[in-house]
Amino acid sequence: MTTPLLSIQGLTKTYPGVVANSDVTFDIGEGEVHALLGENGAGKSTLVKAIYGLVRPNEGTMLWRGQPYAPNAPAQARATGVAMVFQHFSLFDAMDVAENVALGMDNPPPIRELAARITEVSNNYGLPLDPGRMVGDLSAGERQRVEIIRCLLQNPQLLIMDEPTSVLTPQEVEILFRTLRQLRAEGKSILYISHKLEEIRALCENATVLRLGKVVGRADPRQESARSLAEMMVGQALHQPSRSAAEPGKVLLQVTALNLPPQSAFGTALKDINITVRAGEVLGIGGVAGNGQDELLSALSGEVRSDRATVQMAGEAVGHYGPTARRAMGLLCAPEERLGHAAAPDMSLSENALLTGAWREKLVDRGFINWSKTRAFAERVIETFDVRTPGPHVAARALSGGNLQKFVIGREIMQRPSVLVVNQPTWGVDASAAAAIRQALLDLAHAGAAVIVISQDLDEILEIADEFAALNAGKLSAPRPVQGLTMDQIGLLLGGAEGDSNVAA
Amino acid sequence: MLRLEKRPSPSQAWNYATPLVAVLLTMIVGGILFWILGKNPFEAIKLIFWDPLFSEQFAAYSRPQLLVKAAPLILIALGLAVGFRAGIWNIGAEGQYIIGALCAAAVALAFYPAEGWYIFPLMIIAGALGGWVWAMIPAILKTRFNTNEILVSLLLVYVAEKLLAAAATGFMRNPDGAGFPGSRNINSYGPASNQELIANSGMHWGVVAAMIAVLFTYILLQRHILGFHVQLAGQSPRAAKFAGVAPSRLVLMCLGLSGILAGLAGMFEVSGPARLITIDFNAGYGFTAIIVAFLGRLHPVGIVLAGLLLALTYIGGELAQFMLNLPASAIQVFQGMLLFFLLALDVLSNYRVRLAFAGTTKEAS
Repeated sequence: MTTPLLSIQGLTKTYPGVVANSDVTFDIGEGEVHALLGENGAGKSTLVKAIYGLVRPNEGTMLWRGQPYAPNAPAQARATGVAMVFQHFSLFDAMDVAENVALGMDNPPPIRELAARITEVSNNYGLPLDPGRMVGDLSAGERQRVEIIRCLLQNPQLLIMDEPTSVLTPQEVEILFRTLRQLRAEGKSILYISHKLEEIRALCENATVLRLGKVVGRADPRQESARSLAEMMVGQALHQPSRSAAEPGKVLLQVTALNLPPQSAFGTALKDINITVRAGEVLGIGGVAGNGQDELLSALSGEVRSDRATVQMAGEAVGHYGPTARRAMGLLCAPEERLGHAAAPDMSLSENALLTGAWREKLVDRGFINWSKTRAFAERVIETFDVRTPGPHVAARALSGGNLQKFVIGREIMQRPSVLVVNQPTWGVDASAAAAIRQALLDLAHAGAAVIVISQDLDEILEIADEFAALNAGKLSAPRPVQGLTMDQIGLLLGGAEGDSNVAA
Repeated sequence: MLRLEKRPSPSQAWNYATPLVAVLLTMIVGGILFWILGKNPFEAIKLIFWDPLFSEQFAAYSRPQLLVKAAPLILIALGLAVGFRAGIWNIGAEGQYIIGALCAAAVALAFYPAEGWYIFPLMIIAGALGGWVWAMIPAILKTRFNTNEILVSLLLVYVAEKLLAAAATGFMRNPDGAGFPGSRNINSYGPASNQELIANSGMHWGVVAAMIAVLFTYILLQRHILGFHVQLAGQSPRAAKFAGVAPSRLVLMCLGLSGILAGLAGMFEVSGPARLITIDFNAGYGFTAIIVAFLGRLHPVGIVLAGLLLALTYIGGELAQFMLNLPASAIQVFQGMLLFFLLALDVLSNYRVRLAFAGTTKEAS
């Protein structure tokens, strides 16, 4: 057997009170695309951070082509030949592509030379990117290309990719996969982290499955089904969201001719948005990031107000109301950005429960906060939505992304909304938690609420929505029944092709 | 090599320990400073922190002074702390303090020499109103034109100082004062006088007001939804907006509250310990209160302790100036160092320091 590129042997990392990785052992071969699978909190991030030199393991060794490898800092990892594309981009909107790339390099060449190399690499790998464009004007897929090209310029031997497709359209995913396959053909190795099991099956030849910090399985994903992989990951049979067709009831939320100017320099204007959702209905709004999703949610939540009649709740005009008044009427929202928008990072879960639950749950009496009632409400959310945390006193930022998302969605659902609007409800959430959240949304609709799911995950929309509409450059297409909609038609809608003749084809 | 590593959640222990460590470091570095100036550092530190309270020679005079100096500091710092928690930076409490005192003095002088129980309450209202109006200028400019409240409130201090000088030498000058600058003695004008409530205790109406304010801000911050919104807006503006907090209402409320409290502090001062309006009536309480607010961790109880400590440095500093011929500015350096160390050490609540030598890793948290 040949020496693997990177061999991880008995790696253990503990934090106070938590074992993030315990005796993790696996190899990544030269030219291999290796998948790292696991639920949130399974220890994937800690593991790749150890490989990238951001975290120092307590025990265990790593061998790089048979030589001991123990990076102290990312710079050392990069010098060895490890590069990483993070899930969250670290780019500056107000700088152009070349400047952003230079910022992430250890020894950037002069900017003009760098721009030429960016063009060269982007052409070689089929990732079109103009080095002179401002990052603020780029789509999520293009931003990711900036990160990838930044890595490729260092000519890495091992490329780590953390959830790379969560913000891409199906077409962009295809482009990315072509690039990754080309890298593999050149003999480079890729460590690929994703929850999307279909992608892993299409791309990877080896998979290591982590659960609670331990390796619980190895598999060749091409030989497994997505379901068997998911069950390996969760350690139990997976719950499939079930829906029962209900007769749509009366119109609960109506948006008519909503126009809003952009709220910031890089924001999107909303143009003539029309939405009708009925009781018991789930409307899925698809679209690539940055096409007005945040703006639409703000306009519905009341953070941005509009003309009275543009937003109506069960016939009553609420467009001029702020968030508190809309909440009181039963219009609840869960924004995409969990930390800093849906929840305050440094505040406890109790305080975060108070953040939106104050009035509907009557946690406040004549202005005074009832803390024991607030704590009880937070505990109920934690319990009902299986949020893994020591208790409601824990700061929101200490929770993993999936757990915090369960808390945020749970907090709104527990308040029995009549209309619930969620943006990216399962973004970065593991398979079992995502299934639980989707089921909760379906149950809510079944109980007679109207639900709007804004999501970039098309599979998610197809799974739970009754109607589909696409958001493109601030315009919303007319809704179509999800039944009978094909991926091709959706792709066209996302691209802004609205005409019936195109879609019906 | 030193490295900072972000803690998963802020350390409570360090949150409480930093003020104490900062005081200790200030004493050490201050001692070195005094030593460089050719003074015995131990004697100087003892003179500042110990003698005002416990020496037989000075305590009789100094001890009551503690409450006299601490009351305005605490009163002002409480209002500032509420704003600071919301991320609204009123740096101009000194100006609001001056205007509050001027308005209260104006009421007293207008009634002079009439008798009436209503004069003192009217002065309280005037003082609060004066401070509030002066704070509303940066507040309204910020909400209307998005100006920076730090700059506007700070610059208004200098405007207030000019008004104070004009009052002391002009429109409020004592007509029976033989042309000397300064108003009539308000403290000796019975119905307007803020008397010591218990002889030789330093206890006056300003101390009572500070106590009530401590209770009020404690309840506001811990139990009231407004206090929750204040903290939410400070920590996470976007989440606050999502929760339905209107940013401009919050600016008006926070600046208004700190203006009222600073104005009240000015009122109690001019009618009590300061006795009258003079050119140098303001003693820098409005600026020192910023240190008090941070040293007290923006928490009402902490502010009481920090206010007492800073009052001590005022009294002890005067003593050291008098006994050891230390320059007056030495005590300002002292107070400045305190804030500096405090802010520098604050990093430790959110980060742990790792000492990384080749091969070994030590942890200091």
